[in-house]
Amino acid sequence: MINYFKRNISLTIGLGLLIFLILFTVHGLLTIEFKQAYPLAVRPKQPPSLKYLFGTDFFGRDLYTAMVVGVWQTAIIGLLAGAAGTIIGIVLGFISAYFSGLVDAAIKFICQILTPIPAFLIQVVIASSIDKRDVTIITMAVVVFLLSWMAPTLVIRSQVLSMRERQFVAVAKLSGMNSLEIIFKEIFPNLLPFIAAAFVAQVFQAVFASFYLAVIGLGPLREPLLGNTIWAAQSQSAFFNGWWWWPVGPSLAMILILGSLALINMGLDEMANPRIRNKE
Amino acid sequence: MFVLKRLLFVLLVVWSASTITFFIPRISDINPIRERFAELARLGGFSAGELEKIVESYSKAFGLDKPLMQQYFDYIGGVMTLDFGVSLNKFPKTVLMLIAESIPWTIGLILVTTILSFVIGNLVGALAAWPLSPRWVRGISTSFILFQGVPPVLLAILLIFFVAFKLNILPIAGAYSIGTVPDFTFEFILDVLRHQVLPGIALIFGSLGTWVLSMRGMGITIQGEDYVVFAEHKGLSSYTIFKDYYLRNAMLPQVTALALALGNVITSAIVVETIFGLPGLGFVLITAIRSNDFLVIYGIVLFITIAVAVLMALVELLYPLLDPRVRQGQE
Repeated sequence: MINYFKRNISLTIGLGLLIFLILFTVHGLLTIEFKQAYPLAVRPKQPPSLKYLFGTDFFGRDLYTAMVVGVWQTAIIGLLAGAAGTIIGIVLGFISAYFSGLVDAAIKFICQILTPIPAFLIQVVIASSIDKRDVTIITMAVVVFLLSWMAPTLVIRSQVLSMRERQFVAVAKLSGMNSLEIIFKEIFPNLLPFIAAAFVAQVFQAVFASFYLAVIGLGPLREPLLGNTIWAAQSQSAFFNGWWWWPVGPSLAMILILGSLALINMGLDEMANPRIRNKE
Repeated sequence: MFVLKRLLFVLLVVWSASTITFFIPRISDINPIRERFAELARLGGFSAGELEKIVESYSKAFGLDKPLMQQYFDYIGGVMTLDFGVSLNKFPKTVLMLIAESIPWTIGLILVTTILSFVIGNLVGALAAWPLSPRWVRGISTSFILFQGVPPVLLAILLIFFVAFKLNILPIAGAYSIGTVPDFTFEFILDVLRHQVLPGIALIFGSLGTWVLSMRGMGITIQGEDYVVFAEHKGLSSYTIFKDYYLRNAMLPQVTALALALGNVITSAIVVETIFGLPGLGFVLITAIRSNDFLVIYGIVLFITIAVAVLMALVELLYPLLDPRVRQGQE
């Protein structure tokens, strides 16, 4: 086990970063006063100091508190949208690959038509059609999920297709197992590494997309979501006014989140497809 | 036949995108015209009673009182002829005019950064996998993969902080210095270029990681191929093998990947533009979002979708030029 982590460096570093982020957020959530993440709570425009670790912004929010809440909300969006997208992907992928024929053709065709449409732009349309007062963390997750199930569907589909032809499935069939048994007892366990990789990729996509939406001002404006904080800083020309700590803090947090997810994803890819392992 | 198929596919993509953008706003209870005029009313000017009348007459002018199916066919017809309607915010201007005014900035930025990041990324990725490159080269080039997790927007903010804010060697934002008059003098062009450096770097490095990663993977696969081994045994110089046997073969899937990545490239460019306040499509989009100018939002979305679909089809049509095997297969 430890030897494997030594070999799969990206997985190790990614998981390490993730654990650090979880500890930071859990510790933060247990110690902060939630009120301080919202406007008019503290003295505005204070640079980072011992009292305000990451400074305070123009509206009188403590940016440390805002970051803890923001990372937490980002995690909720990522996990909700990621899980929903992966589950839809697994179900559709299995249906498509296992029952083949017309159903398969239809699902594959829809995925192929939807894939070239830049998902972000459709998300912009959806997010801007919602009344700005109604946007919450949950609606963000839904908006992000609506157009992100195609990739996992295609991945799972192709994997199931290749597994269906393997010998252990043929043996299972000959020994009298029915389709459901084969799916759940034979194919599903072998797919787990792919499902894990698809899930992490989905979470990455969801975090990324919700961040972009928030940065251009389509997030839940009252919440201290990381992208919202950057949007607010940009709208108040934070750099021109010298309040550099306002956008830089949330950016660093976001880099850590996306970086750890990307590293974990790379590590899982290596686990799932040993062929891309470096020969060194 | 092949061309016809691709064309049909482009039409289908554009049709489904415009269907989505047509129906989503109609499912939600927002009325774009009411939103817009309610905002104007808040700023003062007319009373609530007048608001309803204005909304009604404008709805008629935009054909919103027609039956839904009629509206739908009008809309699809409009999209197919690139007619996205008029801006509610800058009224006499059509959406297409707003796009035409801003798009040169966006195209310039995207073209330069995409080509550079594609070329640099593929070279670095190839070097990372090439067994004959020195250990330190492989180490450094492999570490470029780390850029994969950093979206260009975040890179942009950090660049603004370090280069523009701390070191103060490049401007923080804007397309040209405040107070200069746009014209074609040498100083002005230099000024514009200076303002494009940071957005450019952010976009190049923000998309570099993907190319490095996939090129490295491809390179590792190709090393074991028989034709590379054969070329080595023939005694070809390692430079020739690298260039003609290794790079050229590994490039092919990368070109397809470039077509697939176009959507992401454009989205990133648009968001980066808003961070730097450049007057491109991103700026028009964010202004439209701020002022509830819905037709402009949908118009930009559809325009980009059409552009991406057409470009993807073009890349696929040009693919046979790069790969002789595909060319023979088609004939």
